[in-house]
Amino acid sequence: MDIHEYQAKELLARHGVHVPRGGLAYSPEQATYRAREIGGSKWVLKAQVHSGARGKAGGIKLCSNDEEISNAAEAMLGRKLVTNQTGPRGKLISRLYLEEAVDIAQELYLGFVLDRKEERVMIVASAAGGMEIEEISETKPDSIIRATVDPGVGMQGFQAREIAFGLGLESNLIGKATETILGCYQVFRDYDASMLEINPLVVTRDGSLVALDAKMSFDENALFRRPEISELRDKSQEDPRETFASDRGLSYVGLDGNIGCIINGAGLAMATMDMIKIAGGEPANFLDIGGGASPERVAKSFRAVLGDKNVETILVNIFAGINRCDWVAEGVIKAIREVGVEVPLVVRLSGTKVEEGRKILADSGEAVIVAETLAEAAEKAVAAWRAATKKKKAA
Amino acid sequence: MAILLNRSTRVIVQGFTGKIGSFHADDMKRYGTKLVGGVTPGKGGQSHLGLPVFNTVKGAVRETRAEASIVFVPPPFAADSIMEAADAGIKLCVCITDGIPSQDMMQVKRYMRRYRFEDRMRLVGPNCAGVITPGQALMGIMPGSIYLPGRVGIVGRSGTLGYEAASQMKALGIGVSTSVGIGGDPINGSSFKDILQLFERDDDTDAVVMIGEIGGPQEAEAAIWARDNMRKPLIAYIAGLSAPKGRRMGHAGAIISAFGESAQEKVEILKEAGVVIVPTPASFGEVVADTLARTKKAA
Repeated sequence: MDIHEYQAKELLARHGVHVPRGGLAYSPEQATYRAREIGGSKWVLKAQVHSGARGKAGGIKLCSNDEEISNAAEAMLGRKLVTNQTGPRGKLISRLYLEEAVDIAQELYLGFVLDRKEERVMIVASAAGGMEIEEISETKPDSIIRATVDPGVGMQGFQAREIAFGLGLESNLIGKATETILGCYQVFRDYDASMLEINPLVVTRDGSLVALDAKMSFDENALFRRPEISELRDKSQEDPRETFASDRGLSYVGLDGNIGCIINGAGLAMATMDMIKIAGGEPANFLDIGGGASPERVAKSFRAVLGDKNVETILVNIFAGINRCDWVAEGVIKAIREVGVEVPLVVRLSGTKVEEGRKILADSGEAVIVAETLAEAAEKAVAAWRAATKKKKAA
Repeated sequence: MAILLNRSTRVIVQGFTGKIGSFHADDMKRYGTKLVGGVTPGKGGQSHLGLPVFNTVKGAVRETRAEASIVFVPPPFAADSIMEAADAGIKLCVCITDGIPSQDMMQVKRYMRRYRFEDRMRLVGPNCAGVITPGQALMGIMPGSIYLPGRVGIVGRSGTLGYEAASQMKALGIGVSTSVGIGGDPINGSSFKDILQLFERDDDTDAVVMIGEIGGPQEAEAAIWARDNMRKPLIAYIAGLSAPKGRRMGHAGAIISAFGESAQEKVEILKEAGVVIVPTPASFGEVVADTLARTKKAA
């Protein structure tokens, strides 16, 4: 789960990381009021969306008076910001963050991630801040400093000092940098983060060390014990199709194709999507219905998939281990009758109680295209989708 | 004896009396697994499914001489249960639980390192379908009927995709020595490489099918190891060709976040290492049959 920049900065500030003075605004009037509160003569207005690379997309504006702040706020609020990380749909700007402008002497990069190879938290730092980390590792790989933390004892002071000296900081900044790095680690650990990135971490002209930006993601498996983080969820930043599905306990990822997928198991779901692609179609979504798929759960999945207006065919692929094919078949019929399925529907059942399941589909009298194998299911779904679009064009 | 598990392995269930634990314990027993008891703190001394219940894993090991444990404990308490098993001298622990926080798994892995390698418990999972040695024993949640006993090993992250592979093989009369689900989490007990090492040494396994997916470095690591050390044929499929970058595809670990983690890149790495690629998820059976036929001819 991602949070906003201003939320991440609040968490970091509580753990000894210096951030610029700033305030949240939901309107142009509020933004100018914040400028008065903060004081000074130069401010930065920043769109709060769950994405990096906001500057290039027009989501960050330097302002030096009320009029500029007000105009910039007016232009940003209610708009969708499209960055190279959001996809073409973009993300809605409904919150703005106004900060005092900082006189930058040097930009650094500081990141914390879960390193899957080492199975530890890894710190990545570079004196070449301001660019995205992918760009740093491509253009200045030698500038990157890495360290991992032993989860038994946590991050040690010497590790933070080594990084601080490695960044080439002046000796009067080493203490501050060490405090900043240890503070970030503490936040990462105490709140079950999966990613924390400060880019840039800046050295100012008056010799302080400030987190100019902050990006954080959290381990969704740990949210049960981090209620204060769960509260920071902002549904306006999510794909509405995904919000609908996740509110109903379904694992769903929206994509751009036309063939809706309802599958059990993450691996089989990915494989079925691949098979659709190989057969010449494009999947509209990833959906893992999970174990214990009751008829109600199947019907919910149909609602989630049909909520996407681009869906022109549905493919159901269930390999029942814990699941039961007869239950899934009942769910499919229930969905056709209650939700209303106007598009072609291909169903492939396999595993526990498969004969019973197929019989329920055959006896229902509903227009269900039945497939026996994975290949057949994908081919039939793509063929049905082609026929349906042809018919649509003709009409 | 295939790998990890056979008909004489003495197994206990942690989270024995819960709904999920009971359901699968019963299923495993019927498959032929030598189930000797279970653990539910506070219910020690009772009997469940005709087997003794213990308060602690240590107690269960003392009374039943259990060597293996399967964990069905809910996510907030699962890491603790795994460490309890390690401390009680369990040799093999299979954790089915989905949803364990990554930091808990980091601690589990760190904790297990306090034991010498020879004495260290082997952990499979979490968030996996378990282990099955067809015709002998089941420690997991897979439907036993789709596996034919045989001489091909399977190791994969995903449960249902593993079923798909096994059933395609069964349709062509190809059986399985052992199938191991290593799980879909970013940090897991056994890696692909760990399981390949076991299959390579196993006299009952002729070839191995590896079912990977997007995210993480494990498939590449396994490919390099296989290239340098493996004499048996390795056949692999990577799921997620159509998965976008930076999105989590169901499994906590199925996310492309670094170079080399996409399905396309992993397939390239595997190919370069000489691994036989299954081009589509519908051709597991066919590719395994071809590979076995070619190996036979060469021998």
